[in-house]
Amino acid sequence: MSTILEITAPTLEWLQLSPLLVLLGAGAVGVLVEAFVPRTARYAVQVFIAGLAVVAALGLTINNWVAGETGIAAMGSVVTDGPTYVFWTMLLVFGLGGVALFAERGVGGGQSAFAASAATVPGSPLEREAERLKREHTEVFPLLVFALFGMLLFVASNDLLILFVALEILSLPLYLLSGMARRRRLLSQEAALKYFLLGAFASGFFLFGAALLYGYSGSFELGAIADAITEGTSSNLLLLAGMVLLAVGLLFKIGAVPFHAWTPDVYVGAPTPVTGFMAIATKTAAVGALLRIFYVALGAARWDWQPLLTGVAIATMLVGSVVALVQTDVKRLLAYSSIAHAGFILVGAVGVVAAAEDVSLNSVGSIAFYLLAYGFATLGAFAIVTMVRRSGGEANHLNAWRGLGRSHPVVATVMTLFLLSFAGIPPTAGFVGKLAVFAAAWAGGYGWLVFLAVVFSLVAAFLYLKIVVAMWFQDPVEGETAEVATPSLWTWCVLVVAALATIVLGILPGGLLELFNGAAEFIR
Amino acid sequence: MINSIPLLTILALLPLVGALVLLLLKGNTGKLVGLGFALTTTILGVVAFVLSLGGPLVENVPWIRAIGANYALELDGLSGVLVLLTVILVPVVMIAEWNVDETPAARWTGRTYFSLALMMQTFALYVFMAGDLLLFYIVFEATLIPMYFLIGGWGGAKRSAAAMKFLLVSLAGGLVMLVGVAGVYAVGAQQGQVSFLLSDLQQIDFGGAVGNWLFVAFFFAFALKAPLVGLHTWLPDAAEQARAGTSTLLVGVLDKIGAFGMIKVCLMVFPEASRWATPVILVWAIVSMIYGALMAFGTKDLLRFVSYTSISHFGFMVFGIFAMTTQSLTGSIFYMLAHGFSSAALFLVIGFLVHRRGTAEISAFGGVQKVAPVLAGFLLIAGLATLSLPGLANFVSEFLVMAGAWQRYPIHTAVITIGMVLAAVYVLSMYRRTMTGPVTSQTAEHITEDLTTRERAAVVPLLVLLLVFGFYPSPILDVVDDAATGVMSVVGVQDPAPQIEEGN
Repeated sequence: MSTILEITAPTLEWLQLSPLLVLLGAGAVGVLVEAFVPRTARYAVQVFIAGLAVVAALGLTINNWVAGETGIAAMGSVVTDGPTYVFWTMLLVFGLGGVALFAERGVGGGQSAFAASAATVPGSPLEREAERLKREHTEVFPLLVFALFGMLLFVASNDLLILFVALEILSLPLYLLSGMARRRRLLSQEAALKYFLLGAFASGFFLFGAALLYGYSGSFELGAIADAITEGTSSNLLLLAGMVLLAVGLLFKIGAVPFHAWTPDVYVGAPTPVTGFMAIATKTAAVGALLRIFYVALGAARWDWQPLLTGVAIATMLVGSVVALVQTDVKRLLAYSSIAHAGFILVGAVGVVAAAEDVSLNSVGSIAFYLLAYGFATLGAFAIVTMVRRSGGEANHLNAWRGLGRSHPVVATVMTLFLLSFAGIPPTAGFVGKLAVFAAAWAGGYGWLVFLAVVFSLVAAFLYLKIVVAMWFQDPVEGETAEVATPSLWTWCVLVVAALATIVLGILPGGLLELFNGAAEFIR
Repeated sequence: MINSIPLLTILALLPLVGALVLLLLKGNTGKLVGLGFALTTTILGVVAFVLSLGGPLVENVPWIRAIGANYALELDGLSGVLVLLTVILVPVVMIAEWNVDETPAARWTGRTYFSLALMMQTFALYVFMAGDLLLFYIVFEATLIPMYFLIGGWGGAKRSAAAMKFLLVSLAGGLVMLVGVAGVYAVGAQQGQVSFLLSDLQQIDFGGAVGNWLFVAFFFAFALKAPLVGLHTWLPDAAEQARAGTSTLLVGVLDKIGAFGMIKVCLMVFPEASRWATPVILVWAIVSMIYGALMAFGTKDLLRFVSYTSISHFGFMVFGIFAMTTQSLTGSIFYMLAHGFSSAALFLVIGFLVHRRGTAEISAFGGVQKVAPVLAGFLLIAGLATLSLPGLANFVSEFLVMAGAWQRYPIHTAVITIGMVLAAVYVLSMYRRTMTGPVTSQTAEHITEDLTTRERAAVVPLLVLLLVFGFYPSPILDVVDDAATGVMSVVGVQDPAPQIEEGN
C-alpha cells in the first residue's frame, strides 16, 4: 500500500516560530563567518550578527506577543502562549546582556575574556604563539546564539522529545564556553569537563524519565500526558519514576540541591562573562521548562510532586545559604547565592496558584518577575566582577575587594545595589520578586515554607553583606589590592541598564508584575 | 480631603533631595546647605502638622495593582506627633554633630554624615505617614541602609561590628515582618480582597490562628525596634560605638517606629490578636522596664547607660499601648514625643562630655560641674526629664499611662512604680558619680571648656520643648487624645467605666 510511504509535509507557523528561526539562522551564519571572513574583521562581524539576531528575535517576540500569536505550532511540538512570551522576552534581554559582556575587550587591555586558542595545551609554546599573534575565539558569539536558541526552544516545547533536544542544544555550547577562559585555563577546562560529565548524566536521567512517561501515557505530548494522568488507568509506578527522573534533569540545570555540585566549580572556572550569562539564562530557561512540565503535563499529579519539590527547595535554600557563609571567593559566593535563589524560586513553584481573571498574583508570573529581578542583578554583578582586577587577571578573592568603596565609590555603590537586590532589601527589584514569590507560595497554602524561606533569606543576606562590609568598612590588605579596570561601552551599557532596572523595578514594579501575571496561563 | 499640592510627598522627599544635592557640594557649604534643607523640612513639617489639625491630610495613588499596593500617605494626629519629632531632631543632630569630620578615624566626610541623616529622615517620614502596609514595610526596611552607614562610618573602634549586628538583627525583624506582609496578602486574597491599604486591612477579619501568627510576626519586628528585653542587645552595642548624634536618631526616631508600628499595625489591623497577646506582652513590657532600669544602674559606660534607660522607657510605652485604655494610649503616644526629646538631650550632652574626655567610662569623670557648670546643668535637666520629674514632659506621659492602666491592671501598675523609683535612682547616681564631688585630676586634665555656643544651640531647643510640654501639654495632648480615641474605636475596646461609689 502506498499509504505506508506517505509523508505529510510539515506545517510550520513561520511567524510564530520566527524568533527561534532568526536565532538558528544567525548561529549558522556565524559559523560560516568563521570560515570565510578574514580574522581581523571577525570580531566586529560576529558581534554585529549576534547582537542583531538577538535584537531582531526580541522585536519579533514582542511583535507576536502584542499581536496575540498564541497557540500550538510546528505540528504540536512547540507552543507559544503567555509564559512562552514572558520567558522568551526575558531570555533575549539576558542574551543581549550576554552578547555585551562577551564583546567586552576593554577590561582585559584589548583582549577578550576567552582563551587565545582553546585547542592549545595550557602553558605550551603554541599557546604563547597564539597569545603573541593576538588570536581570539570569535566562535563564542555563534555559540551563545545557539545556546540562546536552545533555551528559547526549551521553554516553548510542548513535547518531551523536543524538550530533550532543546536541552542538548542549550547545554553543549555552554559546556564549550565554560572551558575557554583566558586566565587559569586548567581550572576552566576542568570545570567544563565536570559540567559536561554531570550534565550528560542529567540528560540521561531526563531521557529515561521521558521514556517512562511515554510508557505511562503513550505519548510525548504534554497535553496527552496530562490526560493520561486524569484518566489514571496506567501504572502509577511508571508515572512517579518518570516524574522523578525528569525532575532530576531539570533540577540539575537549575542548580538545585542535591544536583548542585557542579555549580561552584563551573562558576569559578568559566570565563566570567559566560558565568554571568549562564547563571541567569540557563536558570530562566530551566525554570520555564520545569513550570511547563510540572504545571501542564503533571499538573493533575501535583499531590505527588509537591512534597518532592518542597524537600528540594528546603535543601537548596539550606545548602545555598549556609555553605556560602564560609566562602571567600566572590565568584564562588555568587555561585552559592545562585543555588539559594534556585531554592527561593522553587518555593514559589510549589504553591501552584493558577492564573486568575483578576490582577492578583499567581505562581508563574511571580517567578518570572523574580527571575527578571535576579537576572539584572546577576548580569550587573558579574560585569563588575570582570572589572575588579589585579596584575592582569580578575581578583576574585574577597580580600582584593576591601576598600573598594573608598577607591572606587561609584563601582562599589552599584555593586552594593545589586547585592541588596540579591538580599531582597527594598527598594530594589529583588525585594518585589521575593515578596511576589512568597505571597504566591502562601496563597497556595505553603505559609510554613514561606517562613523557612525567610529564615534562609536572612542567612543569605549575611553573605551579601560580607561583600558590602569588605568594600565599605574594611581596610585594604597590603599587596592584595585590586584595581578597577575601565571597561568599554559594552560593560557600561550592561551596568547602567542593570542598575536602572534594579531600581525602577523596585520602585515601580506594577506594570511588569501585572503583565507577567496576566500572561501566566499555559496553553495545552 | 482633596489636595492639589502633594504636601506630604514634598515633605517626605525634601530631605532626600537635600541628601542628593549635598553629595555634589564640598566642605562647609555642603553642611550649611544640608542644615538648610533640614530646617526647611522642619518648617514644612510643622505647617503640615498644623494643617492636619483640621482633618487628616491624605494622598493616595494606585501603585502595584497586582498585589493591591498603593502609594498612600496619611497625616493624622498619631503620625503628626512623630513627624514633628523627626523634623525637630534631625537639624538638632546636625548642629550637634557639626564637627563630625574632625573625629578620629571618621570614615567619610561630615557632608556624607549629613546626607545620610537626611536620607534617614526621608524614610522615617515615609514610615510615619504610610497609609499602606507594603509602603510601610519598604520604607521601614529602607531606614536600615542609611542607619547602617551612620553607625559604621563614625564612632568607636568596634563600630563595624556594632553596625553589622544592628543590620542583621533589624534584617531579621524585617524579614519576619515580610512573612507577615506575605501572609496578609494571602489572607486578603483568600477573602477576595487584594489590598495593602491599612484602612482596607482593618476591614478584613484576621481572626483565628492565622491572625495570631501574623500578629506575632509583626510584633516581633516591632519589639526588635523598640527593643523589649531579650531582643535588645543590639541597642547598647550600637549606642556605645556610634556617635551620640547617630544614637539620637536611632533611639529618638528609628526606635519610635517600633512603638508606632505596634499601634498602627498590631493594634489597628489585628485587634483580636492584640487582645489575645496582651497578658504576655504586658508582663514582657514590665520585665523590660525593670531590666532596663537595673542595667542602667549597673553599667559602667555612659552611652550604654542612656541606651538602657531607653529600653526601660520603651517597656513603659509598650505597657501603655497594650493596656488599651484611651488614657494610657494617649500617655504612650505623648511619651514617644517626650522620650524623643529627653533621650536626645541626654545623648547629646553625654556625647559632648565623652568627646572632651575621650572615653565614656563613668569612673573616668568626677566633679565636672565645677569645671563645666552649663554642661552639668543641661545634663541634670535632661536627667530629671528622664526620671519624669513633674514639670517636664515625660511626667505628663508617665502619669497618663499610670492613670489609664490603673483602671484595668492595678497590680501591673503597682509593679511599674518600682521602675519609676529605679529611674530616679539610676539618674541621680549617674549624676552624682560624674558631676559632683571634688574635681578629679583626669577631669581637670581633659575637660577644659564648657559647652560652646554651637553645642548649647543644639541642646537648648530640646530642653525648652521638654519644659513647655511639661507645663503646658494641652495643645499637643488634645491632638494625641483624639488620635488615641480613634485608635481605640478601631480596636473596639471600651475604657473601663470609672467606679464611683454610690452616694458620693
